[in-house]
Amino acid sequence: MLLSFARGPGMQVAALIMVVGMFWRLAGILLLRRRAAHAAARNPFGARLLGGAVTVFTRTIPRRTFWPRVAPGVALSYVFHVGLFIILFGGAPHILIIHEIFGVSWPDLPKGVIVVASGLTLAALIALLVRRLTHPVLQLLSTADDFLSWLIVFLPVATGILLSGETVGGYGTLLALHILSVEALMIWLPFGKLMHVALVFAGRGVLGYNFARKGAAT
Amino acid sequence: MNDVAKALRGFVADVGPGVALSLEACVHCGQCAEACQFYVQTGDPRYTPIHKVELFKQSYDREIGPFAFAYKFFGLAPKLTAETLLEWQDLVYDSCNMCGRCSLICPMGIDIAELVERTRHGMFEAGLAPADFLGALAEKERATGSPFGLTSENFGTLLHEIGEKHGVAMRVDEVRADIVPTISSIDVKTYPGSMAAIAKILNHVGESWSFRTDGFDADNVSLTAGDRAGQDAITKSIVNAAIGCEAKILVMPECGHSYTEMRWEAANSFGRDLPFRVLQITELMAEMIQSGKLRVKKVTQTATYHDACQVSRRGGATAAPRVIMQALGVELRELEDAGAENWCCGGGGGVALIKRAQPLRDKAFALKQKQIEAAGAATVYTSCSGCRQTLEHGGKAAGWKVTVASLLELVADNLAP
Repeated sequence: MLLSFARGPGMQVAALIMVVGMFWRLAGILLLRRRAAHAAARNPFGARLLGGAVTVFTRTIPRRTFWPRVAPGVALSYVFHVGLFIILFGGAPHILIIHEIFGVSWPDLPKGVIVVASGLTLAALIALLVRRLTHPVLQLLSTADDFLSWLIVFLPVATGILLSGETVGGYGTLLALHILSVEALMIWLPFGKLMHVALVFAGRGVLGYNFARKGAAT
Repeated sequence: MNDVAKALRGFVADVGPGVALSLEACVHCGQCAEACQFYVQTGDPRYTPIHKVELFKQSYDREIGPFAFAYKFFGLAPKLTAETLLEWQDLVYDSCNMCGRCSLICPMGIDIAELVERTRHGMFEAGLAPADFLGALAEKERATGSPFGLTSENFGTLLHEIGEKHGVAMRVDEVRADIVPTISSIDVKTYPGSMAAIAKILNHVGESWSFRTDGFDADNVSLTAGDRAGQDAITKSIVNAAIGCEAKILVMPECGHSYTEMRWEAANSFGRDLPFRVLQITELMAEMIQSGKLRVKKVTQTATYHDACQVSRRGGATAAPRVIMQALGVELRELEDAGAENWCCGGGGGVALIKRAQPLRDKAFALKQKQIEAAGAATVYTSCSGCRQTLEHGGKAAGWKVTVASLLELVADNLAP
């Protein structure tokens, strides 16, 4: 019953909220009145576009001068993001779902790799939470969104690990909880910081374009 | 309209997609703190750059963000109050040079320095620009066109006096001029020789040029104070003066914020393309050196160079001073983090004009001091009179043996026959 709901209407509603919510938020940003830029650009349009595109990638790693001060947070964030990517796109069940929805498929990674990635992802998530709770800057910046978003990412990872080991409870119940936790993530995504899955590209791209316009380092 | 309403109006007016994107994108990673000298030097988390714009962010969320209705209905963002505005005053003004180092590190691509500038708009509207000296100077600038109240007539007289003192022919209010230099009020107060230097160089290369007394002081304290109307008025008077004599090049003085304003904002405020180029004085000199128009003598000295944030990181003109120093044969010992990654002198963004900010400014300067001393050069050149003044004051307090000097004046003193 719970599994049927999670797989059926639950997923449909979550997907609808996610898509409409993301569209609404992006439209709310993009439809604001834009002021034309008249200042003579230092670089032509193509170079500015390239600047935007390149910045999307280059901002992935901080400039070397910043490394000594930001390395711990960046490293943890990398472990988490890469781990999540491996689980999402390397785990056999996820590839199956992607194949069902989009009709594309690729070979899955060995289960051992997924287990290690899952463990590291979970550990990184916990470490990031501890860091957020103890680092003075993060303590000051953190809001309810940060903790809710953390929980809502933690739950699918945790239930996914339990599911793959089938160590606790029945498979059906665990699967239902796993899917429901993913749906919770989908529902919350447009409204909080998880929206950075889209905004990160837009933010870096716009900054890169604007800075390239000035001929400034991006 | 009360001060809170005025601040709110200042915050949300003119928010376009780019600024909205910046306000929406933060993931609270805290990396910006590690790029900010006020945090790095004090360890106080309040100086985290993105935290400085929190009131702007909250106002945006409640008033015009995509989910403003929910923020209002559920009370998700606190209402702006006079108390919170006052609480944030020192964060928005005293502890931000608008240097944009935070914008260089943000993994989400947020231009935090731009958000601070806009936050100051709201603070200024609410009458919260620090009164001494930033607010007072901005007020005078809006009233007279110059932060020190220098009138057109007095400026004309001053130029001729400087010309006589330095033995340089001054050209003032020529009907037509290809090149129109502007000045910074700091030059008038402290470095009048820089105006003679500009005249000397332009006379030497035989250009058609002229100072204009109907638009000359590019300092634009109003920009750093957050006074949009004052900022626009100053900019427009200079633009109109240049248009009046059919200028081809408008030259910004050795000054940081005036360059970003005139080079990157003026045309936007004006609402159309400008009929002339805007160059910082180092760009003009570098161009003339590269074209062979300006020839300089070789000097035998070792020096380091302090990049003005607004010219280099925020303005994109990092190469010009290095072209000049190479032509002069200066043995340049670059600072650690030179160029786009440089640290501010500590006085940028109007912080030098806030009396109570001095202890904090000194802490920021200490970082720069360490880097300059590590470079091991006898002289530090810069192309911003604001930076020059901050470095001189800081160096004096620290008992420095390093000389702080102007690159413009170095060129003027070494013109090849």
